[in-house]
Amino acid sequence: MVALSADRLSVRRARRVVVDDVSFAAEGGALIGIVGPNGAGKSTLVQALLGLVPATGAILLDGVPLAERSRREIAQTVAYLPQGQSLHWPLSVERLVALGRLPHLAPLSRISRDDHAAIARAMVAADVTTLAARVATEISGGERARVLLARALAVEAPALIVDEPLASLDPAHQIAVMDILRAQAARGVLVIAVLHDLGLAARYCDRILVLDAGRLVADGAPSAVLTPARLRETYGVRAWFGSIEGVPVVVPLTRDSAQGD
Amino acid sequence: MERVTRARLVGGLALLALLAGAASVAVGSAAIPLAHVVRALSGQGDPIERAILFELRLPRAILGLAVGAMLGLSGAALQGFLRNPLAEPSVLGASNGASLGAVIALYFGLAELHPAMLPIVAIAGAFAALGLLFVLSAGSQSALSLILAGIAVGTLAVAGVSLALNLSPNPFAAMEIMTWLLGSLEDRSFSHVALALPCITLGMVLVAWDSHALDALTLGEDGARALGVDLRRTRVRMLVGVAIGVGGAVAVSGAIGFIGLIVPHLVRPMTDRSPSAILLPSALGGAALLSFADVLVRVIPTSNELKLGVVTAFLGVPVFLVHLMRERRLW
Repeated sequence: MVALSADRLSVRRARRVVVDDVSFAAEGGALIGIVGPNGAGKSTLVQALLGLVPATGAILLDGVPLAERSRREIAQTVAYLPQGQSLHWPLSVERLVALGRLPHLAPLSRISRDDHAAIARAMVAADVTTLAARVATEISGGERARVLLARALAVEAPALIVDEPLASLDPAHQIAVMDILRAQAARGVLVIAVLHDLGLAARYCDRILVLDAGRLVADGAPSAVLTPARLRETYGVRAWFGSIEGVPVVVPLTRDSAQGD
Repeated sequence: MERVTRARLVGGLALLALLAGAASVAVGSAAIPLAHVVRALSGQGDPIERAILFELRLPRAILGLAVGAMLGLSGAALQGFLRNPLAEPSVLGASNGASLGAVIALYFGLAELHPAMLPIVAIAGAFAALGLLFVLSAGSQSALSLILAGIAVGTLAVAGVSLALNLSPNPFAAMEIMTWLLGSLEDRSFSHVALALPCITLGMVLVAWDSHALDALTLGEDGARALGVDLRRTRVRMLVGVAIGVGGAVAVSGAIGFIGLIVPHLVRPMTDRSPSAILLPSALGGAALLSFADVLVRVIPTSNELKLGVVTAFLGVPVFLVHLMRERRLW
């Protein structure tokens, strides 16, 4: 099972500390949510975990420092769905999902039967098989979000990092995507998801990391981490906590006046 | 389904390129019947006809196919690499650099020293342009900064060519430069083939090597890196490949525009539109189109033989009008 850890990880951008001394370790089979206010450094943290931005501190992927691994090795081990992925070319949906197989292809080789099977599995999982022949730049935002998730799933990597996979999805598809992530974790994949919906995070994640101004301020089970005091301190909101039919519910109610500007 | 149509497309274009190459051998100012061509190719027949075929037409046909393939392939690869459908070999300044090298060889009389001198200086010009491009765009991985640097390098090379025309000592020297700039495969020999073919072969391999990276780049630079692409190496291979291949092509053919621009647009609708899928069809299509254009310049009766670059420029216009009409939904 894959193991990913960060030790005293910091990222600076233009002299500003964006990720500040973050340490944690994770193993396959878990769905880990990263939450925090806008600008807390969530996306930068996951980019650093993938070696996409220069960082200080140590990142170990299966016990080997990330810097000692080639881009190709990292891509084979960790699939990544960036936030707000833009498309620069009018590819068909099927070709776009097939890009997920690139980390496994040798130069000048073509997609094999196994690759086709992985692409088909990913498209079924993300519910996009009916879109296969459409042009990816001409489908709706919600459809595109699911197609891009299918692209990440097609890598079939032991770890999957998704950055705001629920943006522009309707409630039914938000739940569907969280179910997919849950199922991936159940199969032994390490899933790290940057999320904004605290209710869905509380309900689906095994563990939640709370980031605030680049620092890791809480790390643990949803019930231990998502508390009224934590939400007031981190987001500056009062929230209602409860449970409906055994499902945890978090509803932000008002901005906390003490934190207001 | 997709694979069948791709096989048909590649097969069809390969056949077209083969026909164009055969036509290039068979057609010329001296009428040689097809039966004689076949006999000459098998080592028999009239020695004068054999000389025409082997020393004039065969090198010309080989160069037409090779130069066309290189221009088509590099146009297709650069459109994917820069994610810009208007990219072509000249956007990185390599072909203009090669042109400037050739013009320098003509201007200073180096070309008269040895027939291979002009192409060699032209290839050196392409490399100088590449070196300048690397200096100007160093450290940046964005497509836009590369295009801007390429335009700067290309413009500098064009300015140098204009300067040579401006300062040329007499009208004949200026005419010689102008004639070369129009682009032609007339009177090329096997020494040109020996010079250009290795450059073009190496260039084509380097450019085609990163076909998967071109597909990954449809997700942007970060998306491509997350898919395991080493962008720095991809960029070096792509730029060196274009400089060597296009430099070698321009060195023997002169500046032939539009092939690299229009061929990818012609073949793209027949593929799944991914950048990697148009590479081979563009190479074959470029080979066929340039060879047919080179037959056309011999067939159209004019007092001076038409220059190849003139014909390809005229071919480029209707293709862009069709694209404009599609874009405006008039057709």
